[in-house]
Amino acid sequence: MSILSRVVAIARRKSPWICRLNAGSCNGCDIEITPLLSPRYDAEQLGIELHGTPKHADIVLISGTLTHRSRKAILDIYDQVPSPKAVVALGSCPASGNVFAGSPTVLNESLDTIVPVDVWVPGCPPRPQAILDGIARAAKLLEEGATRSQLARSLQGQQAQPQPQPAQPDLTQPELARCEQGRP
Amino acid sequence: MSELWKYLLAFGVWPGLLCAAPLGWLELWFMRKLVARLQGRQGPPFFQPFFDFMKLLGKETVIPRGVGRGIFLALPIVSLAAVTAALAIVPMPGNPIPSLPGDVVLLLYLMEVPILCEVLAGYVSRSIYGQVAAMREALLSLAYNLPFLVAIIAMAQHVGSFQMQALQGAPFSVVHVVAGLTFLLALPARMKLNPFSIANAEHEIIADSHIEYSGPPLALFKLSHAIEVVLLTELFAVVFVPATPWPLVSAVLYLAVGIAVLGLVTLLATSTARLRLTQAFRFYWLWGGLASVATMAATLVW
Repeated sequence: MSILSRVVAIARRKSPWICRLNAGSCNGCDIEITPLLSPRYDAEQLGIELHGTPKHADIVLISGTLTHRSRKAILDIYDQVPSPKAVVALGSCPASGNVFAGSPTVLNESLDTIVPVDVWVPGCPPRPQAILDGIARAAKLLEEGATRSQLARSLQGQQAQPQPQPAQPDLTQPELARCEQGRP
Repeated sequence: MSELWKYLLAFGVWPGLLCAAPLGWLELWFMRKLVARLQGRQGPPFFQPFFDFMKLLGKETVIPRGVGRGIFLALPIVSLAAVTAALAIVPMPGNPIPSLPGDVVLLLYLMEVPILCEVLAGYVSRSIYGQVAAMREALLSLAYNLPFLVAIIAMAQHVGSFQMQALQGAPFSVVHVVAGLTFLLALPARMKLNPFSIANAEHEIIADSHIEYSGPPLALFKLSHAIEVVLLTELFAVVFVPATPWPLVSAVLYLAVGIAVLGLVTLLATSTARLRLTQAFRFYWLWGGLASVATMAATLVW
């Protein structure tokens, strides 16, 4: 690894810019983000800045129950974040739907089926320390190149290179296709 | 050939890119740290602006659909080049380039280019937020340029020359004080700091006119802003602070004055809320106009 890419990697850990995305939350998780920026927790010590636009962000904090209406918005905003990027799921709702599970307007699946989640921060709502810890862990993953989008990208890069592979029987293809169909 | 080398040295090394970038990061860190301390927070670590820059360099650039790729990528480069060239003209101690007749005019022109780039960046981005920010930036520049330009032009009138070194070497007088105060009046808006942070209002219009920028072009815009901060503070120091015959003492003095001005402006930014565009406009055309008249009167009297 050259020295420049090493410095860039360290800089990714030292300056994680975050962008909030409320996917139908009760506002409980969002209100716990505000103390992060206040004197008590002061996320700027870790270089964390809250940006309104996904174009400037490295880490997307997604909070709330996933609804049918917010699914496309999540995908849109995730796509707008320039890579390398990380996703932090805030609270119990993105994982399970929490108390809203089973409601007709709520998407009954975890956030992981929509975008690749790197860090789950449990709690209803999670404490600000836990959110800060989640962001710090996501920043560490960004430095190591170990967020799921980075890993997928490096995997794609490897596949793009012509590699001498032993001839595989094509039997796995229908199974793969079936797996893909399961994904949205 | 040696002339060319001198210009390249001034543009690239001192007081240009290589020295101004760390200085700009230092000043940005100082501003952010001071804001944090005044708000009772700890504030960012020392290398924070550097890390922000490096991280942005390593990110992907997303170009919105329907935006001209060439102009989208050229704007930050033009902005950075113009602001660095403007800094290279300022007669800092040890600046290798010779003083040109009329370089004040060139300096004032080059200082307008980054603002023009920001306005164009907002309009080019096809984002409504970016366009609102660009409109605000363009209108605000009409307001604050009145006291800003008058402060420099009054000094030139006072000295009787449009040469930076003549401005720097002028004996200290009342005009320096009056014009310096007029310059300070325009400084917060010029730096886009709080009572006049109308163009980059991060609560109403999310970000400033580089809302659609990401990755290296955004990094260049940030660097350009850092160097602009250095340029404005050092311009104040060079023009309005009496020069000493010793270059090293001058350099330290200029740096100290720059940091002091920055502290003053940051204090104002922390203790005020954002004005509306009309209020800022009225402020600059009324009080800025009165200050400009007083400054021009001072050049005629003294």
